[in-house]
Amino acid sequence: MELNVLIGEFFYIIIGIIFIICGIFALRDKELKTRIGTAVFWFLLAFTFIVGPHIPRWITGLCILVIAALTAMNQVRQPGNIDVPSKEFARKSADKIGNKIFIPAVSLALIAVVVAYVLAELKLSTNHAIGISAAIALAIAFIITKAPAKYAYKDGSRLMMNVGPVGILPQLLAALGALFTAAGVGTVIANGVASIIPDGSRFLGVAIYCIGMALFTIIMGNGFAAFSVITVGIGIPFVIMQGGNPIIVGALGLTAGYCGTLLTPMAANFNIMPAALLETKDKYAIIKSQAPFAAVLLVIHIFLMYFLAF
Amino acid sequence: MEVLKLIGVLVVILGFALKRDTIATVVVAGVVTGLVAGMTPMEILEVLGNSFITQRLATLFVLTLPIIGISERYGLKEKAVDFIGGIKGATTGKVLSIYQSIRAAAAAFSVRLGGHPQFVRPLINPMAQAAAVAKYGDLDEKTVDVIKGASAASENYGNFFAQNVFMGASGTLLIVSTMVEQGYTEVTALNVAMWSIPVAVISVLLGIAKNYLLDRKLAATLSEEKES
Repeated sequence: MELNVLIGEFFYIIIGIIFIICGIFALRDKELKTRIGTAVFWFLLAFTFIVGPHIPRWITGLCILVIAALTAMNQVRQPGNIDVPSKEFARKSADKIGNKIFIPAVSLALIAVVVAYVLAELKLSTNHAIGISAAIALAIAFIITKAPAKYAYKDGSRLMMNVGPVGILPQLLAALGALFTAAGVGTVIANGVASIIPDGSRFLGVAIYCIGMALFTIIMGNGFAAFSVITVGIGIPFVIMQGGNPIIVGALGLTAGYCGTLLTPMAANFNIMPAALLETKDKYAIIKSQAPFAAVLLVIHIFLMYFLAF
Repeated sequence: MEVLKLIGVLVVILGFALKRDTIATVVVAGVVTGLVAGMTPMEILEVLGNSFITQRLATLFVLTLPIIGISERYGLKEKAVDFIGGIKGATTGKVLSIYQSIRAAAAAFSVRLGGHPQFVRPLINPMAQAAAVAKYGDLDEKTVDVIKGASAASENYGNFFAQNVFMGASGTLLIVSTMVEQGYTEVTALNVAMWSIPVAVISVLLGIAKNYLLDRKLAATLSEEKES
């Protein structure tokens, strides 16, 4: 195996191990009614990450079907036996460590950028930068907090279980995009949109892509899902294939979708639940506050993409 | 019937809109689309499995969880609350602008501080309300709602538009894996993160402008009680 692949697989194995630990936590929780389903979910996921590349691909496809069936039947839940840090302990150690507690997380981001540039020089994939900087930042975290080593896997798997199955959504959506492309969905949408857009109008292409992102996000309540559908159907044929830079189009496309997130009650955990939490009289108080901001920022996205991507 | 191929898009829209299980929705949409397009079940499993494996990079964010988890255990959130709670003598708009700026900067550096239950309810909204009460006396119900809405909004702005500046953010990784899957291999986490900076900066400036207008509106609609 070439070095690039080897490094990548190494990090995917570590992620797989975190999944396995999540599964073990689930198995050990005798109180958890769905412990078997939850454990199978994490073990299958670990299997696809560690063994997946070395076996026929349809096996991984089959694992995904089982994973989806488990989540559909609500068999994947958070175990109750997780070692949740106590508020008192966090307070005490915050007073002791002080602002230095920000250093591990901040260095995670800064080191990632530096490592990415070094990797590019070495002609290696810059995507390894996240894993390498995570390893360095973890060492820094241990030095600053003097935490016992066990918390690396305990807290890592704790947060993973907090995130839950939704954590694999971006990866699954990218896979959906691939299926859409293989089935020719993008072409169908593109043909439909082509009847509206005059031939070769870059500005209209950009405008329809950004507005489409926002609109689909409003309907679905999820910018990630909108991104995989609208980028394949509109972004690529009408912006990128006309010469738009895919990096800039992608970066701005997703945040154009987030303008839609600000406008929709479908994004309940951002717009509706917090209103209940704040006990507003008007349950749409947050959306009303955000609407002008969202509209202005969406227009800014259209012009930014038009001027930066071409 | 070419249009039939769009059934997968319809499944995604309905599944998310009706709040069905997200993972199952996406997988069903993929399988249905493949079947309608005339792919065999085996071909569908192959494509699904293959792209799931090549796009594992979208899940690289998991590697950052141990650092965040340990930092939280040792008081990251508590320290952030101290820091923001230390803002004194600001107007309602300024409190919100400062919070959004800190929230955005933190998100860009992978520090996931913030959240409606952890920050907005116990800290930001009370601070924003208190700033208005100090200046104008008791507030009517409508004004209280406006400030609550703006407090929650500043959390959302700071959260959404700056997070992709971090290379390991799941949004950034989604963009990379979607583009690479479609054949644009020049798209990397580093350059997507870099090109996410303009919108992050603009969103903060726009938030500050909005909060400035909020202060003006409060001043115009509420009498300066202390002076009368």
